Amino acid sequence: MTPDHAPVIDLPYTKRTLDNGLDVIVHEDHHVPIVAVNLWYHVGSKNEHPGRTGFAHLFEHLMFEGGEHQTSGYFAPLQAAGGQLNGSTNADRTNYWEVVPTNAVDLALWMESDRMAYLLPALTKERFETQRDVVLNERRQNYENRPYGLALMALVASLFPADHPYNWMTIGSAEDIRAMEFEDVREFFRTYYHPANASLVLAGDIAADRAFDLAERYFGDIPAGVKPAPVTAAAWLDGERRLLLEDRVDRPRIYMAWLTPAMYAPGDSELDLVGDLLANGKTARLYKTLVYDRRVALDVSAAQQSREMAGYFVLAATAAPGGSLTDLAAAVDEEIERLAVGGPTMAEMERAEAQAEANFVYHLQTVGGFDGKSDQLNAYNVFRGDPGFFAQDLDRYRLATPESVREAARRYLRPDRRVVLSVVPRGRAADALPGSEPVSVS
Amino acid sequence: MAPVPVDRSAAPALGPVPAFTFPGIERHVLPNGLRVRTVEHTSAPVVSMVMHVEGGSGADLAPQEGLASLVADMVDEGTGPLNAIDVSDALARIGGDYDVDTGPDAIGFTLTTLARFADRGAELLAGLLTRPSLRESDFARIRQLRIDRLRQIKDIASAVAERAFLRLLYGQHPYGHAPLGNEGALRAITLDDVTAFHADRFRPSQATIVLAGGIRHAELLAVAERAFGGWTEPAQQPPVRPPASSIPAEPTRRRIALVHREAAAQSELRIGHLAASRRTPDYAPLLMMNAILGGQFTSRVNMKLREEKAYTYGARTSFDWKRGVAPFALSTSVHTASTAAAIADATAEIESIRGSRPVTEGEMAHAKAALTRGYPAGFETAAQVARAVSQLALYDLPDTYFSDFVPTVSAVTAEEVMRVAAHYLDPGRLTALVVGDAQVVAESLHDVGFGDPLELPVQM
Repeated sequence: MTPDHAPVIDLPYTKRTLDNGLDVIVHEDHHVPIVAVNLWYHVGSKNEHPGRTGFAHLFEHLMFEGGEHQTSGYFAPLQAAGGQLNGSTNADRTNYWEVVPTNAVDLALWMESDRMAYLLPALTKERFETQRDVVLNERRQNYENRPYGLALMALVASLFPADHPYNWMTIGSAEDIRAMEFEDVREFFRTYYHPANASLVLAGDIAADRAFDLAERYFGDIPAGVKPAPVTAAAWLDGERRLLLEDRVDRPRIYMAWLTPAMYAPGDSELDLVGDLLANGKTARLYKTLVYDRRVALDVSAAQQSREMAGYFVLAATAAPGGSLTDLAAAVDEEIERLAVGGPTMAEMERAEAQAEANFVYHLQTVGGFDGKSDQLNAYNVFRGDPGFFAQDLDRYRLATPESVREAARRYLRPDRRVVLSVVPRGRAADALPGSEPVSVS
Repeated sequence: MAPVPVDRSAAPALGPVPAFTFPGIERHVLPNGLRVRTVEHTSAPVVSMVMHVEGGSGADLAPQEGLASLVADMVDEGTGPLNAIDVSDALARIGGDYDVDTGPDAIGFTLTTLARFADRGAELLAGLLTRPSLRESDFARIRQLRIDRLRQIKDIASAVAERAFLRLLYGQHPYGHAPLGNEGALRAITLDDVTAFHADRFRPSQATIVLAGGIRHAELLAVAERAFGGWTEPAQQPPVRPPASSIPAEPTRRRIALVHREAAAQSELRIGHLAASRRTPDYAPLLMMNAILGGQFTSRVNMKLREEKAYTYGARTSFDWKRGVAPFALSTSVHTASTAAAIADATAEIESIRGSRPVTEGEMAHAKAALTRGYPAGFETAAQVARAVSQLALYDLPDTYFSDFVPTVSAVTAEEVMRVAAHYLDPGRLTALVVGDAQVVAESLHDVGFGDPLELPVQM
């Protein structure tokens, strides 16, 4: 598809790398007197090993407990300055961010640099054990005590081999979390938390020169550390696997998952568009067919999960009362087949492209937080080595064609290379697809 | 030039507070009576429109609980020649981000589009809100989806708790049900009810639209005029506002209720009582009191239950503001084994802020700073601004509210916080609700000072 107008937005930046290897990227936006500080460490649950899962995320919790010079936790001083702060861990990276009034940017950098350089002196076994219990609560609240909350765990455990780091979810297994030792913290910190494995973005109401001076001032004297070797692992499926999970749910739901290209790799943006075409909004094919016309499903979802080493595509549909998962799965298969053979229409492509463009704009309305400009610049820098990847990223969607989308659906969403999981109400194993193997996740 | 070496021994002082000019609001009334408020907001090439229609789930008159929200869900099922699929397609083609929220006092419709599609977006929104098709076949499907949704959320502990707690606090008062309603009521609602509700409530005199975006006031107003200028006010009188001031009968002592959830890994907790209207003159001191008690990560409640006791991933208190009397409540989800202990600790925090552990100057300074210094950060996007202005309209707050906020909160004294804590919090009539495994926790609940637990069924 040929872009017919210039992109409506741009994401300008300046980048410098400090002598110790810390990448510093600055984006100026003076609309509101706030500055976003966004710091990525290139470590996530993919750097863990079987038996030690969940460590990267638990470690993130410890980062909020304090550094040597700010020993009493990170929330109080930053909130008192009017700042917001949070952090998150996924398979590939851990991010920490503050959004502070312009007059508190020194404070935020002082604190971020303190925990990068001096976390360990402040860390006690007691704090470690408290946060381990908090994480176990997080796991119970967000996974164990939530309908369908364990489905993704079952899917990735089957999609990826046991020694592949995408085989487990970032929250980790409860058993592994309980077995974590305080002594493991030190080595993890030394391996992954240093300037050479980090990327800092300052975005907002700050002049670039001042931002670079502050970055040098607070982070320049931190020893570089050794950049960890990239993790590599391979995954493949040689057939269809059918799984069964009984859960505290009212309606059976079918999940299908496929191995797909990694983030930014050819096919990744096309599969994003496939997800939109299948399940985003009432016009989407699966919604229209299954929920609107035939009323055999209560809801549908489909999305490409882009990861650094490999992607996976997850589709889900909940059976309407009276409907069976077998019929539902057959109807889904029919729609995927139709897309893989005929491809999308031009009208569908125009719509998907308009949505993609608007989403780029909407995501870039804020300087900070989990979904703003600073986090996007860091994603480009850490995963592409190029904070200026924005225009190319947008082009991945603008240049997709009906044929390239059809080809992605045909090549990756194959019925004979996938995991199909039936989640059924407890005691109703017979509602699963025929031949499904019970799995145990907890 | 080498930068000044960093002094790590002390946190750097904050610089002077940066100046911020809050967005100017212009008010207009179209000849048909529709109130329009416009805000110029230039940071991104988008326009956000928020239309609120007075009378939300609090306008559902028993037994039609769920009607307002059902109507809200029906309007985008078609207008003129467009069916639901066409509407969705038309919105997607302009990159429209459409959202509906049925609150207790109003139904809010939000549409954000790229600025170049503002007219098309407004035209679509006007079609949906003023001339919806409201067809029988769509009605049957939407109602069934909602009934199925109700059945699904009975497995979500927090949703079960929300619903049961509203009923405990408000009884049969119109605020006593969640917007989704209940299965029996949904089954009894007909398309005629939907059509009548729409005809009664969706009218220019009962609606306010806010437009915020990167174009001039006059152009924003023109967008609204072109789209909504032809909307006519019906001849019959509008329905009277629900009696927001009527307060349901309240218990005179503590009570505790338990909804059984077999083998639950955690107990969902709510502890609170009805407290105040959003329009209370004590809003600012109540905001401060809540910030100190449970409104932030560093508040007393989260520090106790999460950081000290590790019972939970998080605990908070809040006022769920409404035009009428709104509840104050503590909410959290705790490890099953810690249920009784968490209730005791949470209740102790609510009690102690009323006197035995007065708020300190440090807490006051911290809460004030957190509430005021971060205030401008909430005005970054057009949608944030449009929603905020819509709230002013809903609660009859002045256009100077944003610029008054910081001085008003800054002026709150510790004595005022203690006064409102003593006046509005009443530990003697707290209602506690546990959604958890009764077999494990029921016995322990007799000893937490709330009397014997009343077992409630899951009500959908």
